[in-house]
Amino acid sequence: MDNAAIVGVAQTKYERRKKDQIFADMVFDVTRAALDDAGLGIGDIDSVVTVSNDFFDGRTISGMAVGDACGGEDKNISTVSGDGTFGAFYGLMRVLSGYKATIVVAHYKGSEGSVPITTNGMFDPIFHRHLGLDAISSAAIQANVYMTRYGIREEDMAQVSVKNHGNAKNNPFAQLPMDITVADVMKSRKIAEPLKLLDCCPISDGAAAIIIANEEIAAKGTKKPVWIKGVAHCCEEYFLGDRDLANPVALRDAAKRAYAMAGIKDPVAEIDVAEVLEPFSYMEPLWLEGLGFCKPGEGGQLIGKGMTTMGGKLPVNPSGGALSANPILVAGLARLIEAALQVRGEAGARQVKNADTALAHGFNGPCGQSHCVWIVSGKK
Amino acid sequence: MAEWLKNVEPLTLKGQIAVPYTWWVGETGSRFLISLRDDQKILGTRCKACGTVYVPPRKNCGRCFVDIDEWVDVADEGVIEGYTIVHYAYPVQPVKPPFAYVLIKLDGTDVGFLHLIKNDLGRIKNGLRVKAKFKGERTGSILDIDSFELI
Amino acid sequence: MGRRVAIVGTGQTYHKSHRPDVTSREMINEAVTVALADAELTIRDIDAIVIGNMDHFESINYVDAYSVEGSGGVMKPIMKVSTGGTTGATVAIAAYYHVASGLFERVLAIGFEKNSESDTTGAIITCSDPVWDRFSYSGAIPSLATEATAYMEKYGATQEDAALIGERDRNNAMNNPFAHLHRPLSVADIMNSPMLAYPIKLGDICPRSDGACACVLAADGVAQKIAKRPAWFKAAAVRHTYTWFGDSTDYNKGLVSMQRASKDAYAQAGITKPVDEIDVAELYLPYTWAGLKWIEDIGFCGPGEAAKFVGERNTHMGGKIPINPSGGVISTNCIGATALLRVAEAAIQVMGKGGARQVPDVKNALATGFGGCFWSDVVILSTERP
Repeated sequence: MDNAAIVGVAQTKYERRKKDQIFADMVFDVTRAALDDAGLGIGDIDSVVTVSNDFFDGRTISGMAVGDACGGEDKNISTVSGDGTFGAFYGLMRVLSGYKATIVVAHYKGSEGSVPITTNGMFDPIFHRHLGLDAISSAAIQANVYMTRYGIREEDMAQVSVKNHGNAKNNPFAQLPMDITVADVMKSRKIAEPLKLLDCCPISDGAAAIIIANEEIAAKGTKKPVWIKGVAHCCEEYFLGDRDLANPVALRDAAKRAYAMAGIKDPVAEIDVAEVLEPFSYMEPLWLEGLGFCKPGEGGQLIGKGMTTMGGKLPVNPSGGALSANPILVAGLARLIEAALQVRGEAGARQVKNADTALAHGFNGPCGQSHCVWIVSGKK
Repeated sequence: MAEWLKNVEPLTLKGQIAVPYTWWVGETGSRFLISLRDDQKILGTRCKACGTVYVPPRKNCGRCFVDIDEWVDVADEGVIEGYTIVHYAYPVQPVKPPFAYVLIKLDGTDVGFLHLIKNDLGRIKNGLRVKAKFKGERTGSILDIDSFELI
Repeated sequence: MGRRVAIVGTGQTYHKSHRPDVTSREMINEAVTVALADAELTIRDIDAIVIGNMDHFESINYVDAYSVEGSGGVMKPIMKVSTGGTTGATVAIAAYYHVASGLFERVLAIGFEKNSESDTTGAIITCSDPVWDRFSYSGAIPSLATEATAYMEKYGATQEDAALIGERDRNNAMNNPFAHLHRPLSVADIMNSPMLAYPIKLGDICPRSDGACACVLAADGVAQKIAKRPAWFKAAAVRHTYTWFGDSTDYNKGLVSMQRASKDAYAQAGITKPVDEIDVAELYLPYTWAGLKWIEDIGFCGPGEAAKFVGERNTHMGGKIPINPSGGVISTNCIGATALLRVAEAAIQVMGKGGARQVPDVKNALATGFGGCFWSDVVILSTERP
């Protein structure tokens, strides 16, 4: 792979309701902020990828809402319908194909739609949709399968929520910085067992943008380039019953290929910080298993061992993760942005010391069916 | 937010995407749903290449990427492999919470079958056996199976 | 510059108004199976998949995830691209970048739609801005009808001039075994068909079809081993700017997105005289007037000259630059697949596999996508490795 780098990033503050901004307003703000961050003008950008979803936006051809706002005028532009990490992947491929710089923008307003109804639309219309499944109830089944398989306790999962809401206090963009205890999580309202309210992400509004550029533009930018070392995605089977929900095989495959590209042999030793997409608390340890940070079934012990907390060997979600703000689609791009900020050393109060190699992760589909893994580094 | 907007109620516009849908069940799915409706029998299909018995039935195997044409009778009993008890309500749910979603490995199949349990929620555990309870009036839908019950 | 890329196999389903025998996932599988067979590959040879449709036509959220069993995406990288009517073209173009980037060798591009499963217009209307446009200027027909009247006013083109496009494409469809509408239509038939929104009559517009299309793309070095005559990408250009319908409808300027996309594409392909250098075109013409106005924007003739250019049969089979040998969108329109069918049909022409619809000695073929808010895409394929 040729050298390509993240040269500019921007995100809005994530909030429950952005009452004063439509999609285009948010996208224009982050587009301009990402350009400012990179020290580039819109004239330096020759390719644009927008990220949106017609269900979530309540609009057919949802990309139409932001074509002007992202600076797409007279440029080669397209729209990825899926998590922001996939949109960024398309942006990278365009740069590797000869474009100088691609801006990738994502937007989401959870406040404008119904998450259960739109995520019910993920399920097969003939066999499963009429059962009324949605993102939360399907995730709860996965949590049950995973926790039962390995004898993981609900308290172990609660620790993820405690850690990430605590980390969010250091992130000015986060929606839910909170001081909570395991007991608070345990006594929060039952949503779909074993998930309780504080095991679940909030509904969020927000947007994010990232600029991926070739070496020439990276040299011109004002910020330290964050080089893309490895990236891969993979999708597993669709019907929940066809899958082993406690074994994220697609994530394993994506991680394996991303590590191979990046030349990573021992992820725990070589990766300094990870930002993974965990809209539900159990997902963080399950994804960490898939990413090869520990053996299957051991993900629930990582916090207790101090490995994934700030100051641990491999801090996970210093930003507070999706538990602290989950603008769907944007949330994956936010993970990549946070990874880039860590590598730059610009993560402020949430900075992991001497972070040089960072991992970011996002996924699409029910119970993490299709995953995308990124490795970025300060070294070319 | 602009100062002036703080002093008024920000406007919203209500709407919904009111598009009616008619999904064709197709040859394979229709045979399955008609069997539920007319015979109260659960059918699956078996992939010749890998031997997997799928329920609901598939027209092709996603793993082997070959067509499937062998039908098999599947038991209306099986074992719970995963579940959740749902406590929140929203309009698309077919029953009032609390109820359970269950993944059931029906006898003679190799994949989990997603359905509902309405009663005995406190007793549900992975590994327990359950049996399908059919509705009296059936229309050719996955909900012709009313729910599963603990044996 | 990225790696060179070619289309090495294509597949499409037959097209019908209704496909009750299959779900969309099963229909996708038909197209993929044919495309793989055409390239003499198996699914194991495929490194990645790009898929697209329009969400509200089947109401499936995350179609990439939903379709894997049919698309062959189990344990493969799969990505969804969705851009309205242009989806098929942007799927092909995204697949092109997958290969051009050097990250993947062989990639499947898939477009599909089961228009029979929903109210197409009811769904399309929701592309318009919910606050400003949806109550009035929405759906495909009103905006296209406005464009048509503007063109008639400006250049004095007649309804019969437009109807000739319909007659041409519907006649061409008789040579295409996959086309949906296999019934020729004359200018008189179109003139006598019911008026929908002046000047658009039933015979002037595309049908709603069920169908799917898949293309196999491969990298330089690999492509030549797969196909005897690969269809090399010479250009891929996309212009999707507008958000509001009013922004795009200064009709006196023409279809600006098409002017810009074709200019970009010609520059990429090194084409200076399109009519002389392009041997066949598969254009996304959703209604007859587009076959006049938009060929001016794409540079096949000058502004206002289209009626004469088409009237002299330059765009008919055997003419200077045959347009839509397949019968085009007026004969077959499974929306998420429609623009990919244009690209596939262009590839078929380049590869010499067109059968009764083959144009002789094709070197360069041009395909377009149209959709969204008067958006345009242009792809140029060639026998010549760029």
